[in-house]
Amino acid sequence: MTTTLTEPRRPQQTGHGERRHTPGRPARRRNWVGGLAGWLWLVVVAVPLYWTLITSLKAQSRYYASNPLVPSADPTLDNYRLVIESDFLRYFLNSVVVTAGAVIPAVVFSFMAAYAIVRGWRMRLLRAVNGLFLMGLAIPLQATVIPVYLIIIRLNLYDSLLALILPSIAFAIPLSVLVLANFIRDVPKELFDSMRVDGATEWTTLWKLAAPLTRPAILTVTIFNALTIWNGFLLPLVLTQSPDRRTLPLALWTFQGQYGVNVPAVLAAVVLTTLPVLVLYAFGRRQLLSGLTAGFSR
Amino acid sequence: MSALTGRPPRREPRSVLPWLAAPALVVFVGFAVIPLIGVFALSFTTWDGIGAIHPSGLTSWRAVLTDPGLPHALWVTFLVMAVSWAVQTPLSVLLGVFLAGRQRYRAVLGVVYFVPLMLSSAAIAIAYKALLDPNFGLGAGLKIDALSKDWLGRPGLAFAVVVFVVSWQFVPFHTLIYQGGVQQIPASLYEAAQIDGAGRVRQFFSITLPQLKYTVITSSTLMVVGSLTFFDLIFILTEGGPGDATRVLALDMYKRGFQASLMGPASAIAVILVLVGLALALLLRRLGGRDAGASQLEGA
Repeated sequence: MTTTLTEPRRPQQTGHGERRHTPGRPARRRNWVGGLAGWLWLVVVAVPLYWTLITSLKAQSRYYASNPLVPSADPTLDNYRLVIESDFLRYFLNSVVVTAGAVIPAVVFSFMAAYAIVRGWRMRLLRAVNGLFLMGLAIPLQATVIPVYLIIIRLNLYDSLLALILPSIAFAIPLSVLVLANFIRDVPKELFDSMRVDGATEWTTLWKLAAPLTRPAILTVTIFNALTIWNGFLLPLVLTQSPDRRTLPLALWTFQGQYGVNVPAVLAAVVLTTLPVLVLYAFGRRQLLSGLTAGFSR
Repeated sequence: MSALTGRPPRREPRSVLPWLAAPALVVFVGFAVIPLIGVFALSFTTWDGIGAIHPSGLTSWRAVLTDPGLPHALWVTFLVMAVSWAVQTPLSVLLGVFLAGRQRYRAVLGVVYFVPLMLSSAAIAIAYKALLDPNFGLGAGLKIDALSKDWLGRPGLAFAVVVFVVSWQFVPFHTLIYQGGVQQIPASLYEAAQIDGAGRVRQFFSITLPQLKYTVITSSTLMVVGSLTFFDLIFILTEGGPGDATRVLALDMYKRGFQASLMGPASAIAVILVLVGLALALLLRRLGGRDAGASQLEGA
């Protein structure tokens, strides 16, 4: 593990040592098997998405009689109205608060820690901290949820949004530190040296030099964490109770419990909770996808 | 490791650096390290989740280890892991190789392929639950009997559905990893193979697949270790049912702890979950025969 961490690498590189490039792959014969699988998989992915979308626009009364794969002749937004009137705006806000409240400190703290680890590598203390974070990557969140629940109760935070934020930060830290440290290592040492010659403190160097130079990595880590926390279900399930503390995934689940037979309404709720992420996907697909594999495909 | 960052020795005080790491360290220790230790400790107690916690020695462990539910949950967990690995890996390799090609339309397909990655497990599970409903779902609507089975009501079918939905959700992710891997294979290898007259299939098996070795290990590790943590999806789709046909370890822990109020035994299950995860991670790392596997698998 020690050796891998020193290799400067970008998230998008795969991990067999040095980068190997293939700008001009020669034209090869057609990949029939791949093509067939590709189109089949397209159908497998697209049909449920398509069905979800068109059904959410059907009136419940017409739903049972209609062909499920044909869009309604007169689409309605009534289902969406029902969902929004079921307090979804509040759940949406809760999700925004939890996601922003966890991601911002998680990324800032991780960045500071990554900087300290890279710049203070000679110090045994910081190497130990790094080791601890690496170990943390192997901890599955589910397995610690009972003690987290106990701690949250003892802190009198049960059923609050802060209860969701604190563990979310903790679990975002290991991967964020790993990715950010890999990038800070790539910053040429001469730049740090010249900052030092100019009399800059570590604090200034951190924000004025390291942060701007590793902006893509910061963005990547932010996206990855935001998506994970936005979609999180277990922590809200275990750590909150009142309806007005629900985040979107949990609200979706309880909504389905209430309106289970109203399939179009349930699917409208699915679409609504997914919409913000899909809008982001439409605008920043490349960043989102590279953010997702940041820690893995090296 | 020190080669890159350690030199040269500095004289000015660097004591500020540890402080920069302090905030991350405090939160991480408080809400990850202490809970990890805590789960071991709680497995030797009796607690209903609300009242006082009583130390009770090995009671919880005895209860868990003699319960036939445990081998069953382990078996289901293993089955989900193995079957979903066997379904996802060939598909992801195929799709990854396909998407790494150069035709324009593949990029368009890529836009659709990766949409499932954006969705929460809750949203996916709920959409599928509606879609698979024997009376109101897609199959019933199309009036196709083969599709309007009681998908989630029969043990074998429910298991198959879980594996299918898991694959639907995660194949895109692994496709992405393989696509990246394929793009790193030097073109010269294929040129040489072509000069030697190797066909498409031959090239796949003697160049692409061997070159993807480490990608396969990374992806498999993430799949295997990640499959231990499938909770949201299975919880919403089947709640572990019907009966306990899809009751994996993570679900078993939740149900014992938060539904049956047996936090002691639930903690013991959590400890087992941690140990199984670590064992698998180490095993796969050894299979990889390379140190790099470690830092990659830890991403799980």
